[in-house]
Amino acid sequence: MAARKSTKKSNVSAEELTKFYREMLLIRRFEEKAGQLYGMGLIGGFCHLYIGQEAVVVGIEAAAEEGDKRITSYRDHGHMLACGMDPAGVMAELTGRAGGYSAGKGGSMHMFSKEKNFYGGHGIVGAQVPLGTGLAFADKYLGNGRVSFAYFGDGASNQGQVYEAFNMAALWDLPVVFVIENNQYAMGTAQKRSTSTPDIYTRGKAFGIPGEPVDGMDVLAVKAAAQKAVAHCRAGKGPYILEIKTYRYRGHSMSDPAKYRTREEVQKMREERDAIEHVRQLILVGKHATEEDLKAIDKDIKDVVNKAAEFAKESPEPALEELWTDIYADAATA
Amino acid sequence: MPIEILMPALSPTMEEGTLAKWLVKEGDTVTSGDLLAEIETDKATMEFEAVDEGTIGKLLIVEGTEGVKVNTPIAVMLEEGESAEDIAKSGSDEAAEAEDAGSKGGSEEKTAESGTTSDKAPAKAKSKGDAKEEDDIPKPDQTPDWPDGTKMRTQTVREALRDAMAEEMRRDPNVYLMGEEVAEYQGAYKISQGLLDEFGGKRVIDTPITEHGFTGIAVGAAFGGLRPIVEFMTFNFAMQAIDQIVNSAAKTLYMSGGQMGAPMVFRGPNGAAARVGAQHSQDYAAWYAHIPGLKVVQPYSAADAKGLLKTAIRDPNPVIFLENEIMYGKSFDVPVLEDFTVPFGKAKIWREGSDVTIVSWGIGMTYTLEAADRLAEDGIEAEVIDLRTLRPIDYDTVLASVQKTNRCVTVEEGFPVASIGNHLSAVIMTRAFDYLDAPVLNCTGKDVPMPYAANLEKLALLNADEVVEAVHKVTYR
Ligand SMILES: Cc1ncc(C[n+]2csc(CCOP(=O)(O)OP(=O)(O)O)c2C)c(N)n1
Ligand SMILES: [Mg+2]
Repeated sequence: MAARKSTKKSNVSAEELTKFYREMLLIRRFEEKAGQLYGMGLIGGFCHLYIGQEAVVVGIEAAAEEGDKRITSYRDHGHMLACGMDPAGVMAELTGRAGGYSAGKGGSMHMFSKEKNFYGGHGIVGAQVPLGTGLAFADKYLGNGRVSFAYFGDGASNQGQVYEAFNMAALWDLPVVFVIENNQYAMGTAQKRSTSTPDIYTRGKAFGIPGEPVDGMDVLAVKAAAQKAVAHCRAGKGPYILEIKTYRYRGHSMSDPAKYRTREEVQKMREERDAIEHVRQLILVGKHATEEDLKAIDKDIKDVVNKAAEFAKESPEPALEELWTDIYADAATA
Repeated sequence: MPIEILMPALSPTMEEGTLAKWLVKEGDTVTSGDLLAEIETDKATMEFEAVDEGTIGKLLIVEGTEGVKVNTPIAVMLEEGESAEDIAKSGSDEAAEAEDAGSKGGSEEKTAESGTTSDKAPAKAKSKGDAKEEDDIPKPDQTPDWPDGTKMRTQTVREALRDAMAEEMRRDPNVYLMGEEVAEYQGAYKISQGLLDEFGGKRVIDTPITEHGFTGIAVGAAFGGLRPIVEFMTFNFAMQAIDQIVNSAAKTLYMSGGQMGAPMVFRGPNGAAARVGAQHSQDYAAWYAHIPGLKVVQPYSAADAKGLLKTAIRDPNPVIFLENEIMYGKSFDVPVLEDFTVPFGKAKIWREGSDVTIVSWGIGMTYTLEAADRLAEDGIEAEVIDLRTLRPIDYDTVLASVQKTNRCVTVEEGFPVASIGNHLSAVIMTRAFDYLDAPVLNCTGKDVPMPYAANLEKLALLNADEVVEAVHKVTYR
């Protein structure tokens, strides 16, 4: 784990801290609920939870502006919630219902929101990296000043297409932030067993892309790094790499027995490095809010998540005709 | 001997050109690299350089001549000690002869193309699927896969696949397994359970998530004398690597004139599992079966999984071995034999019948056998053929059956367009047209990306009802 960057309490407002707390907690509670629904058979197939990594996406989103774009892998629920997508619509997609973001046709791994500039949800490891670079290509082409965030894992960072994308992103100065969520495992493979050099952020060097490691259990550090990266992109200086050192508490997906690491390892992270607990302490120690205030937030979030789950259960299955829709765009309306 | 300078071909498609300008005159001495002439092709004006040293003896074509055919002599160059008379003696005659020969050669080639080549082509090169003469009598080989009285035991497909790999790895030290999570994790679907313990890290290798890269490395290792087994966590991810599979593994034997190829196996689960959505649910049988140079296997039973995988590992060609996640846990009888293999290109008749032939393979067999049971209750006896290998295909067993039943339904999980069923229909039409009492019907997956929603996924997948319905259609009852 990278050394914890100092959290300068002085310039963080109570408002911002509670916002982070709320956003991260929403992701965690949402994922816990999704795990529960999976266990009840209401969610099928693969379901990859984001628990433990909440500070990554919340910190990055804090540096995003209206119109910026994001794209990620199948471990995507947190990203959707953090960019403002409706928890009920996300949960209903997990249950495969008509009220889901993809009308039930995409599922956990394949969800999109044009409105929120969320470009998915991709099931093929590494594929989203050139795609995210392409989003940035379009932005530069259109001259709209937008930045794209392409998230991918430590495992994905070994895919060849990642480096093809790096080269072109640098060659063409594309405004893309490559956000590597290094949670130290790709399924059952610890990073050191798959990767010749551990510091993925240095891999941009050959292409002239600046990169830095970031403590992903500290949302303020993530935000600070993201701001720097975004400023670099918006200034027209091309791509930027952030390797965010984080940790997933749960198995790779719901069906992972997780024999490749010890319970103690997970327990230690949870107890000593938990990102939500960290913000909670900052809030309480800095007297930005009281225990009571935080309890109220907890309750709020529980409500939101329960409502989302209710919606996801009650929303009907898609109409059978939907099997045959959306295969081709209609030329007349395109 | 004077050297003839010939009209050069300056592009892959150039057949003739204009000799726009000479940049030398008779009597000039030139060395290699000197510019001789400017030549206009249909695309550009190019400069033409000397290759040899010598003196320009004679310019045969005047500047500005259009339509000069490639390989026509355009000048003659004298080497040291030669004079212009040497040209008069030999050069121009030879040039005329050369032109003559050229045109003759051309017409001969044409004759060869339009007919006589078939005499030269080796008969064995003809695929069995081609249209053939009328006395096309199928000769199916339906000898049993194991001797009568062989002891059997119950195994899952998963165990059978593992045993096949283990046996072949014991037999040949150059067989090794590589892929994502195959070693320490014991396989994402536990197919390689125990292999790391038995064979060690040198032969059971965890790769990073780099399908294109590790597939290329495995193909290279096969070139280099090893017998790789590449496990794809699922065949959906082999799309990352399909260039190496098709362009490198499948074509090299041909491109090297038979000198070297890629004896190896690409295996892993293929097709839909359950609720894993559009990007994780595709059946690639027809894709790979399309490629000459690949062999393609898609077993249904555990015995076939074992016998065919052992054959695949020993085969000197790249073999695509398509498994199915849903089938991994299914149990079947497997013969207890020292060395049990199943040959490629030999279909298996699971059930004899005279009313209709149903051809399937892989997981399609589960729907087919269920349908056949239900049809039997209605008094329709289906003959059920499991193709087992899709390249080569055992056409003879299919055709012999269709000649008996006069009707055929094919069953596969893949998309309907350009499916294996389409191909079988065409072969049956070509070779057994007169035997057909109904059009061949193809049951396939639906022509849509796999939806996630439970109700839609059910609709998108093939089922036994559809097979039953197709059989009712072709039997008109
Ligand atoms: C091309 C491809 N290969 C393999 C897989 C199977 N698979 C899904 S997730 C995964 C591990 C990815 O790890 P990482 O990139 O570190 O992301 P994380 O799951 O840790 O978020 C693998 C091997 C896949 N989906 N796509
Ligand atoms: Mg990871």
